[in-house]
Amino acid sequence: MVRFENVGLRYGLGPEVLKDLSFGIEPHSFQFLTGPSGAGKTSLLKLLFLSLRATRGIVTVFDHDTSRLSKDELSVLRRRIGIVFQDFRLLDHLTTYENVALPLRVLGKEEASYRSEVIDLLEWVGLGERIDAYPPILSGGEKQRAAIARAVIVRPEMLLADEPTGNVDPPLAKRLLRLFVELNRTGTAVLIATHDLSLLDQVEARQLVIREGSLTVTDPHHAEAGGW
Amino acid sequence: MVSGTRRSAALRHWLATRERDGLAGPSPAGTRPRGASLVPPSSIAGRALAVIIAIMTFLGSLTVGSVDLVRTAAADWTSSIVREATIQVRPVPGRDLAADVTRATEIAVRFPGVADVSPYTAEETRRMLEPWLGTGLGAEDLPIPRLIVVKLADDRRTDMEAFRRALTAEVPSASLDDHRQWFDRLRAMARAVIVVGLVIVALMVAATGLSVVFATRAAVETNRPVVEVLHFVGARDAFIAAEFQRHFLWLALKGSLAGGLAALGAIMLSGLVAGRWRATAGGDQIEALFGSFALGITGYAAIAGLVVLVTAVAALTCRFTVMRTLGAID
Repeated sequence: MVRFENVGLRYGLGPEVLKDLSFGIEPHSFQFLTGPSGAGKTSLLKLLFLSLRATRGIVTVFDHDTSRLSKDELSVLRRRIGIVFQDFRLLDHLTTYENVALPLRVLGKEEASYRSEVIDLLEWVGLGERIDAYPPILSGGEKQRAAIARAVIVRPEMLLADEPTGNVDPPLAKRLLRLFVELNRTGTAVLIATHDLSLLDQVEARQLVIREGSLTVTDPHHAEAGGW
Repeated sequence: MVSGTRRSAALRHWLATRERDGLAGPSPAGTRPRGASLVPPSSIAGRALAVIIAIMTFLGSLTVGSVDLVRTAAADWTSSIVREATIQVRPVPGRDLAADVTRATEIAVRFPGVADVSPYTAEETRRMLEPWLGTGLGAEDLPIPRLIVVKLADDRRTDMEAFRRALTAEVPSASLDDHRQWFDRLRAMARAVIVVGLVIVALMVAATGLSVVFATRAAVETNRPVVEVLHFVGARDAFIAAEFQRHFLWLALKGSLAGGLAALGAIMLSGLVAGRWRATAGGDQIEALFGSFALGITGYAAIAGLVVLVTAVAALTCRFTVMRTLGAID
């Protein structure tokens, strides 16, 4: 699904922030991305989300070499990836419902074809009473749930989440993690970037640990480190 | 909030009922997604831009209307001029002026393509000169030429050169003026007015386009976070451009319609004012020059066309600018 081969990334003429990354994300897999602040987690997420291009190495996403894709082709590929931003990135002038439905609207869907699905999902994430509320009046946790709902509404083949439980209380964090696990069970590959070590304890999953731009992979199922 | 068990069941139901392939597929032909605008209307300097477009369309419509009035008036003048010619018989020592006028009239009446011939009598000539020479003057004592008005038939072309030769062969003191020189000057003037009017309209449309370019760039910059989110959820540049274009199309339509209607109102008001002046010398002069200030069907069509043109230019300029601006954002 995703394959990084000797990937390096630098911003402008600065030092490499990611060095020689080689790993893969398989379909239906579940993994955490951890590491200290400033280690390169966000940069790696941006590469995975096709928001940045690697300065060296090969990044293959859904069998496409991303360096050869046009901007529009990257946009189309991005439809198969859901992302949850740490800062939510909700559009303040749209209601919660409209924010969650945004990816479907971009796909050109008629509202009648998705309305009940969006409402069902909002009910599930606990925003059933807030469908007509605008983001500025939502709490941090509500924004987080809306952002997650927007990322999963199209059932992406891969879901990337940047600190998805950073703004919610432990019970809600547990419930959101269960949502990611359920999605993973139905075939979506999930990668969660987090500092929250308690999350790592709740799900036995592969861990990608990034330190100073270099990556170590720990897979509890295969008990090996540093490989694919 | 629903309970955890119910929520899990709801999620499983939600997951089970999703049609993954269906969601990723193209939209059905002929359907359009609806909903709130993805670009916040308040983020676009809409009112100012609509006013600019209205003013430009107003001025452009006035220009187009004026060009149409001049074109129609010039066409009226030239059609009456080309259907007429004037024979001038000069008094020459040793020749009988009255006999020459009679002979010239006979030649004109017989010539093919001539519909009517009206010689000015000595009395009519005297009355015509009265405004300049006053009354009581012995016009017979002055060497005043006599005029013969020749009406040409509509349905055939008159060989003016042969007419001139036939006339001067028998009446050497006669000359034929077919108004060709005046007609050519008038036509050149009318064309110049039309060209200048079109250039002015083109400049106004270009200025409108430039205003839209600046407004669009500002709108894209202001809405950069919106653009980024749209990109993140898989929107292509064309989709984003269409969202901006929809706003600017509506703004331009409102502005250009207001400007076009205001111009039509101004032209109609001018017609009313000119109608009140009709009995006066100034009013008659204006009416002689520009007609009755009433737009013809071509005038209305040209103003409607200008409204459509301004709207289309604004929408297309917006789309082009958004695509270029997004192309620069990688």
